[in-house]
Amino acid sequence: MLKLDDVAITQEGFALHAAFSLQAGARVAVIGPSGAGKSTLLGAIAGFVPVTSGRIVWGAQDITRLPPAARPLSILFQDNNLFPHLGAAENVALGLKPSLRLTAPERAQVAQALARVGLAGYEGRRPAQLSGGQQSRVALARVLLRQKPLLLLDEPFAALGPALKAEMLALLAEICTETGATLLMVTHDIADARAIAPDVVLVAEGRAEGPFPTAALLENPPPALRAYLG
Amino acid sequence: MSARTARHAALALGGAVGAWLVVLNFGALGAVAWWADGPSALRGADWAAVRFTLWQALLSAALSLLLAVPIARALARRQFAGRGLLITLMGAPFILPSLVAVLGLLAVFGRGGLVNQGLGALGWGQFNIFGLHGVVLAHVFYNLPLATRILLQGWAAIPAERFRLAASLGFGPQASFRQLEWPMLRDMAPGAFLVIFLICLTSFSVALTLGGGPRATTVELAIYQAFRFDFDMGRAAVLALVQFGLCAAAGVLAWRVALPSALGGGMDRPVQRYDMGGAALRLWDSALIAGGALFLMLPLALVALRGLPHVAGLPPEVWHSAARSLFVAIGATGVTLAMALALAHAVLALGGKGGAVLEWLGLAALAASPLVVGTGLYLLIRPFANPRDLALVVTLLVNAAMALPFALRLILPALRAVRDTQGRLADSLGLHGLARLRIVTLPRLRRPLGFAAGLTAALSMGDLGVIMLFAEREGATLPMQLYRLMTAYRLDDAAGAAVVLLGASLALFWACDTWGRGHAKA
Repeated sequence: MLKLDDVAITQEGFALHAAFSLQAGARVAVIGPSGAGKSTLLGAIAGFVPVTSGRIVWGAQDITRLPPAARPLSILFQDNNLFPHLGAAENVALGLKPSLRLTAPERAQVAQALARVGLAGYEGRRPAQLSGGQQSRVALARVLLRQKPLLLLDEPFAALGPALKAEMLALLAEICTETGATLLMVTHDIADARAIAPDVVLVAEGRAEGPFPTAALLENPPPALRAYLG
Repeated sequence: MSARTARHAALALGGAVGAWLVVLNFGALGAVAWWADGPSALRGADWAAVRFTLWQALLSAALSLLLAVPIARALARRQFAGRGLLITLMGAPFILPSLVAVLGLLAVFGRGGLVNQGLGALGWGQFNIFGLHGVVLAHVFYNLPLATRILLQGWAAIPAERFRLAASLGFGPQASFRQLEWPMLRDMAPGAFLVIFLICLTSFSVALTLGGGPRATTVELAIYQAFRFDFDMGRAAVLALVQFGLCAAAGVLAWRVALPSALGGGMDRPVQRYDMGGAALRLWDSALIAGGALFLMLPLALVALRGLPHVAGLPPEVWHSAARSLFVAIGATGVTLAMALALAHAVLALGGKGGAVLEWLGLAALAASPLVVGTGLYLLIRPFANPRDLALVVTLLVNAAMALPFALRLILPALRAVRDTQGRLADSLGLHGLARLRIVTLPRLRRPLGFAAGLTAALSMGDLGVIMLFAEREGATLPMQLYRLMTAYRLDDAAGAAVVLLGASLALFWACDTWGRGHAKA
């Protein structure tokens, strides 16, 4: 279970208060007006944005002060999810060992992960030699390999076209099912939420609250969300 | 390695480099101050050296800039085959060993040089290259290309749309100059002037070869003479303090004006221009460009022509000195890159005021005088060891410190960019310490690292300065050996040695820079 226990994030001219808990294995979309603090919320859970007060708890473990890499999670950013000078296999292998010194079975694992996302044979390609969709697949292969129980997505598919995005969301849903990961996904697109997230965390007016059942919330949105949905 | 250990390691290493720079820049100065006699030790000739230093630097900077404006303007608005190559070549004097340049200028303007042969054929008087005008000529030779490149960057920074707007309003060349180019020059020129002024302030080898005597001695040269010929440490130390004062004052001035860098790119994209004027203006521009190119290349071509046949017959001590110079150049390159990387990491890890102080320390050598640092080190070492034995190591370390500002200016912004674009990803994957350096940072920094390595290696290869204070006959570097051949009037051997020196400097730069450009994927 992921629990945000009275978490407050204060930056210059910005404050966010977050209090919610998610069941293990939940799939949750984070929605709200732009600038409300959706990315900041994910950054705080991932350890990039310091928390002013409160606690972030995963299961029985307080992760509030842990460095990013020590937290039980994988995160995909809007961009820069791959190192441009490394090949696809190396980018994936970083999820296994940051030293990149792999044993033969580990190399096989990397190849398997790439094959799982449909990129068998693309091991040596650099990001610039891959399409946007393929780049997303490489990042997802790394998520698969890392086997972390919590997965944070900060709109990594925002730049993809609608068909490609639907494809990635389907792949993402499969990966979550296979790994049993808890998914927390920022999105601007209500259709994304409807497609794979049964629940929603709403970030608006300085508060992050939820989870609310997606369908019910979208049918009867509170005023802040209504203004955003238009 | 955890993130915290990595941060501590960066801070410790950066702090160590910072401490070393403090010792080098200020510890040496302290030793100098301790040894210095009172100002009364200075003779009339020393004050003449101060006046000469300021006057020649002023003249050199002003002339370089005055000539650079029309040449840069012509280059900015004309397109022709070889334009890119010419602009690249204008970056070469930066890594050109100064003695090679001096030899080239002697071949053109010297007693038996081309100009005097021409004057003689016409029955006119002789042009004497020795003295103030020779020193200024050599400095202009060095800094005119630098100034041209700095100003070209200014021209490249004027948006193309503005020239289009000017064209739609019917601006001719004069109106364009007043409305577009003059405001740019007003911004760029003070910085360019100060950069050149600073370079000329610490001029040693040009003054050593073309100046000298009571009327053309720089302070830097006077330190050397007091040190080596008069064995007057006290007076050498006072002169070093005076030189430090001059450099510090100019450095403070430069700190207030943002110093331009001629190392950047972006100058090879000519803008579509509509204010090209008529045939007369085209002729004028062509003459300027051709004249500039000739002034730059003729001296070097003459040295190469004269020296190439003599390379094979060079005496063994020239090759020995070349090996010593290679050792200094390669060692200094390693030390500079290590210092720049450690400093850059620490600057970013510290951030804020502490980071700014550390960065300032790394750049302070821009205004430092190698001979002042060398004098200080000599005085510091002498109680413990024979400075002669450490000549090469000291030269290596001083060269490394002198090249550090350039390396830091190249590496720090690149490292900042790596952190900004890929820092979070690396953090989220737990990439820290050496693994991060090897897998992320070094591959992404390869290009600036290669360029910085090339600059350092070439600068150290061709430097003639500190080594002259420390070394005896048997421990000479190649530039020092070349100087000795020149003063012994063994001009064939000197030309041959100059070709070796020029070749080694360019080859070192080329090898490092090419390494940096390799793998330039993504």
